[in-house]
Amino acid sequence: MKKMTAVTGNEALAEALRQINPDVCAAYPITPQTDMMQRFSDFVADGLVDTELMLVESEHSAMSACIGASAGGGRVATATSGPGLALMWEMLYVASGMRCPIVMPVINRALSAPLNIHCDHSDAMGARDSGWIQLWSENAQEAYDNLIMAFRIAEHADIRLPVMVCMDGFIISHSLGVMEFLADDVVRKFVGDFTPQDALLDIGRPVSYGPLIVTDQYHEYKKAQNDIMSSVFDVAADVATAFENISGRHYGLFETYKLEDAEIGIVVLNSAAGTCKDMIDEAREDGVKIGLLKPRLFRPFPYGPIGDALEHLKVICVLDRSDSFGAFAPLFSEIAASLYPRANRPFLINRIYGLGGRDFMPEHVASVINEMIEITGHKTTVLPKKYISLRQ
Amino acid sequence: MTTSLKLKDLSKKEMLLAPGHRMCQGCGAAIVVKMVLLAIDKPVVACSPTGCLEVTTCISDYTAWKIPWIHSAFENAAATMAGVETMYRALKKRGKISQDISFVVFAGDGGTYDIGLQSLSGAMERGHDMLYICYDNGAYMNTGTQRSGATPFGASTTTSPAGSSVPGKMQHRKDITRIMAAHNIPYVAQASPSHHLDLMRKIQKAMSISGPKFINILSPCHRGWRSKSDDAIALSRLAVNTCYWPLFEMDNGKTQLTHTPKEKLPLKDFLRPQGRFAHLFRPENEWIIEQSQTQIDADWNAMIGAGAGASGVIEE
Repeated sequence: MKKMTAVTGNEALAEALRQINPDVCAAYPITPQTDMMQRFSDFVADGLVDTELMLVESEHSAMSACIGASAGGGRVATATSGPGLALMWEMLYVASGMRCPIVMPVINRALSAPLNIHCDHSDAMGARDSGWIQLWSENAQEAYDNLIMAFRIAEHADIRLPVMVCMDGFIISHSLGVMEFLADDVVRKFVGDFTPQDALLDIGRPVSYGPLIVTDQYHEYKKAQNDIMSSVFDVAADVATAFENISGRHYGLFETYKLEDAEIGIVVLNSAAGTCKDMIDEAREDGVKIGLLKPRLFRPFPYGPIGDALEHLKVICVLDRSDSFGAFAPLFSEIAASLYPRANRPFLINRIYGLGGRDFMPEHVASVINEMIEITGHKTTVLPKKYISLRQ
Repeated sequence: MTTSLKLKDLSKKEMLLAPGHRMCQGCGAAIVVKMVLLAIDKPVVACSPTGCLEVTTCISDYTAWKIPWIHSAFENAAATMAGVETMYRALKKRGKISQDISFVVFAGDGGTYDIGLQSLSGAMERGHDMLYICYDNGAYMNTGTQRSGATPFGASTTTSPAGSSVPGKMQHRKDITRIMAAHNIPYVAQASPSHHLDLMRKIQKAMSISGPKFINILSPCHRGWRSKSDDAIALSRLAVNTCYWPLFEMDNGKTQLTHTPKEKLPLKDFLRPQGRFAHLFRPENEWIIEQSQTQIDADWNAMIGAGAGASGVIEE
């Protein structure tokens, strides 16, 4: 009998961190992540974990401390949002370049200016090229599951790279959802003991971390980093299989919904996928052959399998909750790249929604479905990129 | 058992910063690092921010460090080391490490006074068990002698050049040692490689105290100071004897001079051998030297007046 619980996204992630009980956690408060670390601080204060919690003076120092701790030779976690992730930016590259398997929930939030604390994917998209693995999550259950899997992926002997677990700020982090927790011993056994590699604290075998590498080797070093990222697909898939064995929940590198016989499709990340699925069900009742693809592993990006899953469609709307001003938004660019090598290329449109927490409502999904139907019937000429749900 | 500071004994100790590093010939920082490591007895892990010491001691695939060493970026040596130290406590608590390990940061003045100050302040406030050493050469030497918060009043640097209308840096140095003391950490000191026994005794004292420690060590840089390449020790001795760089320690808040010059020399003696101050000896700029001398005299007298007179001085 499954025990379902109603929790917020932040509560779910704090619970995963309690079960995993990392060696060191360094964090700095920022909305909407704060509430997660407050809950974790309660666990420390009440002795439910014996993690060394470092409450540092900035996110830059949080990531710097995580790098030092990880190099030291133990399991490390932190969490952040929006501007906090932006402040970490320099150190994100150091963490991946030093092969530090740090795990970090990113509670997605908009970037300033203007100041806005609400959901937006600009934070994590700004870090997409930093060499971190990125897992994206529709709801609290997926975020919890992804966080547990993230430690296995990050710390895998062939990978040793940091992982971000992205979850929508407020929409998921502060809203109650129903989900199932795994038992503490099941999680601990799944995550396993941390195996240090080249630990800085191994006094008997001194190592130097963070060398200067100039023009003779830097290029090759970065190529090696790219090669390691390319091997993440298989490891992430294996970890998902192992996770299904303990949870009964199946995870691919991406999720498809009613896509196989579809003619039109939506591609979207995180919580908006839920609203889209509801509207797809309604449209299906009206005879519209529509489906959805929701990437889970965004870095590295599985271009081939995603192209395979989408190439039979006539029209695709890629919904982005972030933008690249004066250019196509990040998710759209990846979907376009997935489909470019194909003989049959679906017609692609890019629609920007929900920036800074703007509500994404069923009628907004209906509008993009209608737009795709009109494009299928060649009844309209369209702008390739457009903002939806704009106030007049 | 602390290491004997007799030269005969020290000469038998292994140098933990190996020869072959690429610091400039005559660099003060390399001398300082070797003195510090010679004085430390326990196993030690070191951290450096981006800077001269870092880029010259670990160029892939080589390292001069015979101890574990980490560099992550420029502004965060204290936070990085704090992370290592925290992992040490976590693993010790969980029985995965048994031996005692100590932690030392070697950072320049740019990474300490300026870009690294927030990270340093945070680490000191949180009470990490580490010794933070600033090797203070008074400018951003690694990038070519740009002015820093540690650059002395009147000095000519590449970003505060002595020109026809502005005679060098027109701001005084930040008093980083007192800023660190204001964190109420258990041990703060100032040292100079010219007084190596005093320096090494301070290191040993710092290492015997748990919690955060800060020592600011003068580190002549002949490239930036425009001085002779074999004068690091002579210049740092002049810095002490002119009271430009007093040797003192603040042990749990009590300030104590650890050396009083037999004869307090005029500041000019320290300035004259250095090209960065050459313009100050022109008649129109003499006011800068006078103002600097007045400031040094006031600071020195204030220290003596506060009862910091030397006691238990180790004679060099």
